Amino acid sequence: MPASHQPESSRSHRLDSKGAVFDNRSGGDRCYRIRCAGITKVYPGVVANDQVSLAIQPGEIHALLGENGAGKSTLMKILYGVTQPDSGSIWFDGQQHTLKSPAHARRLGIGMVFQHFSLFETLTVVENIALSFYGKAMDKRAAGQLKDLARRIEEISSHYGMPIDPHRHVHSLSTGERQRVEIIRCLVQDISLLILDEPTSVLTPQEVSSLFVTLKKLAAEGCSLLFISHKLQEVKALCDSATVLRHGKIAGTCDPKTTSTEDMASMMVGSQTTLGQRYSFSTSKNEDKRLAVTGLTEAAMGEFGAPLHDIHFSVKPGEILGIAGVAGNGQRELIQLLSGERLATSPDFITLDNQAIGQLTPGKRRRLGMAVVPEERLGRGAVPDMSLSENGLLTGFLQNLVSGGFLRQRRIHGFANNVISRFRVKAHGNSADAKSLSGGNLQKFIIGREILQDPKLLICASPTWGVDVGAANLIHQSLIALRDKGTAIVVLSEDLDELFQISDRIGALCHGKLSPVKPVRETSINEVGQWMAGVFDHPEKSASAPMAMEPDRQAKEYTP
Amino acid sequence: MKIAIERRPQDSSLMKYLSPVLAVLLTLMAGSVIFALQGQDPWTGLYTFFILPVSDSYGLSELGVKAAPILLCAMGLAVCFRANIWNIGAEGQLLMGALMGSWAALSWMDSEGVWVLPAVLITGTVAGLLWALIPAVLRNHFNTNEILTTIMLNYIALNLLLYAVHGPLKDPHGFNFPESALFTNAVTLPLLLEGSRLHIGLAFGLLAGVCIWVLMTRTFLGFQLKVIGLDASAGHFAGFRERRLVYFSLLLCGALAGLAGISEVSGPIGQLVPSVSPGYGYAAIIVAFLGRLHPIGILLASLLMALVYMGGEMGQIDLGLPLAMGSLFQGMLLFFLLACDFLISYRLKISAHQPPAHGHHAGVNG
Repeated sequence: MPASHQPESSRSHRLDSKGAVFDNRSGGDRCYRIRCAGITKVYPGVVANDQVSLAIQPGEIHALLGENGAGKSTLMKILYGVTQPDSGSIWFDGQQHTLKSPAHARRLGIGMVFQHFSLFETLTVVENIALSFYGKAMDKRAAGQLKDLARRIEEISSHYGMPIDPHRHVHSLSTGERQRVEIIRCLVQDISLLILDEPTSVLTPQEVSSLFVTLKKLAAEGCSLLFISHKLQEVKALCDSATVLRHGKIAGTCDPKTTSTEDMASMMVGSQTTLGQRYSFSTSKNEDKRLAVTGLTEAAMGEFGAPLHDIHFSVKPGEILGIAGVAGNGQRELIQLLSGERLATSPDFITLDNQAIGQLTPGKRRRLGMAVVPEERLGRGAVPDMSLSENGLLTGFLQNLVSGGFLRQRRIHGFANNVISRFRVKAHGNSADAKSLSGGNLQKFIIGREILQDPKLLICASPTWGVDVGAANLIHQSLIALRDKGTAIVVLSEDLDELFQISDRIGALCHGKLSPVKPVRETSINEVGQWMAGVFDHPEKSASAPMAMEPDRQAKEYTP
Repeated sequence: MKIAIERRPQDSSLMKYLSPVLAVLLTLMAGSVIFALQGQDPWTGLYTFFILPVSDSYGLSELGVKAAPILLCAMGLAVCFRANIWNIGAEGQLLMGALMGSWAALSWMDSEGVWVLPAVLITGTVAGLLWALIPAVLRNHFNTNEILTTIMLNYIALNLLLYAVHGPLKDPHGFNFPESALFTNAVTLPLLLEGSRLHIGLAFGLLAGVCIWVLMTRTFLGFQLKVIGLDASAGHFAGFRERRLVYFSLLLCGALAGLAGISEVSGPIGQLVPSVSPGYGYAAIIVAFLGRLHPIGILLASLLMALVYMGGEMGQIDLGLPLAMGSLFQGMLLFFLLACDFLISYRLKISAHQPPAHGHHAGVNG
């Protein structure tokens, strides 16, 4: 059924003033547009949501804050009917519902704008929108329907200040315009709750401020908004209330208008919680620079990346350097530049034992003793359709597994078996396909494969992401043992606790800039939390590169 | 009754091997319908197409003659396809091998040295290799799509060959027919079987099969090719040199196709003619996939494809059917194979109020 046949009432009460909506409702749940309680969702090896509760009033802009992996995506997928919770209840407009599917959620009036757009590039705006809600009902009258729909799109886009031509092809639209199409697609369906997943991560500052105008207008008309972000300044500028998730649990709620970014940051990264057990510090006296990165400045990769700006750091043999930061702040760029998948613009930006390696291929860097654990397990770290033996060979080929160009099958199986047993990988032997393993087990296999190569330098991204506690401890112990053998290790992670457990020195990436790097003993989780939010003086601060993240200024820019 | 398509939780390895068999059966079934529409008895038609051509030893040897070039091309293509390189240009590489090999043969055929035949074969092989170098360079350094460039180069190769037989390589004593002079014994491939046309080209094909099997299962190079085919970013991450692998697989395929081409002209044909290949290079694409990119499978599939070629001719001679029937069978084979391959990752879910009728599988897929 076309959404335009939705009851008129839902449309009219959105257009009522905020107060009127409140007055119509009485008692408990009736006050809330959506409320959930006791939401729990367990994935193998990880509790994504643990007794999460949330309530949003009509016309309220509610922020959902948390690091990546804190459970934000799981919660919003549950609220949009993509995933079913293991337990817990959801009330929408005071009535309890079991959201069976996104279509069901849309029928209730819930819309969602995903971080990655789902638009067909070769179709026009109106065709894209028609596809999503006429679906199978598209028939011979489609042409007429399209005309009506195009008019509707124009109405909405001018009403909410999102100019868009319904007949333009999507491939000709900028990222910001595509996002408008996604938002309009929700609005044509008369929604009363709009969920936005990190909507600003793809936008320029100008686009962000015009998006905020639109969102505030929507809210003023009574539509509730759930705004998912980890950018604290934006949350301060836009939201009426905030719920902070951490490790799948509610870490707290606050009023972002009156709470400082520092306090919100520490809620996100959890300075109040107790740390895991701290491993021994490095005792190495070696002061050589195993890896040195000097003035690394490179462009961003794709629309979700961040350009790197003047990165300086070095790592000594027998030391773990932790680099904190929320994904999307330059981590991907840094790892690919270090691994050689992307070549630096100058060879001298990166040196290994004083040899410039910035323009060496990944294979040459491996031959010099570098090993890398990438952030994607399937697709880079491992070939999904190959066995574990073959995946061991993938980067372990320098471990005497090949002789004269021929494969030494016995040694290849032996190497894989060694990884499997030393790192307690749960798999049906070395012939199991990589894709048949759980994420945590595959992570153990990949880390084990790199560690057993005894590298001189190990670059390791999110070593324990999505891994259960036991496996995380095993991985941490192995990294410490490798460090004590004299390997220089760089760990990039979003998990501050982890970095404080294993790093000897620590810094943070934010917006492609690296914070000061300090010994872990001389800093606090609070300070690094602020670095992650961009609160630091760039070491090479210059007049031409103004601070992007001064909270007050940023907030002003976003306020229309 | 409702038929729905749903994704299998895991790819079916049974269907992976059953699919070519199913495709062959469906082709035979659809073929009998076409025979019936042509006013032929389907059984006679199928018999004439698939049994009669190989009912005597000469027929069997001809099967080998036809299979040899297909086998060589398909082996090379299998390496490309494993590495996810869509070389559609085996036909052009074969024609260039035939053209340049013929040029060498015509230049040297009057000398008596033992070096002549190997030199001719090498010239043809290198010509195929160089023809494949063009799309390889274009892909590696200009980021072009090899599907398009290899197809386009097929037509260029064909026209170069036509130019040569109408011009520079035309037999001066050939009454102006577009043909080269007949090759002498010095540049003719030795026969495998006396009294037949079965030449050593088939042995080249079998040898290539063994080498490719060793390459893909026993060497690190083959492993790297498989990795970039399955997951290019993992190969890049591991430090494999993708460009080199692209060069290797395209050039290997070009060389094998070139060898197939020169083996045709210096074998069964014995001179350069405009119709060196009735589309062997294209048929080899079907063969490579029908044989699941595995040497044994490719061997069986190339015999089947050779049979289709012979059947087409036999149908024309015995039943007066159009020669295009052979191409029709080739097309149907590929069509049904692609349709059946769909069932590797998907399955049909039939929820019925009444027992589902048989034959609906084919109806839905076809």
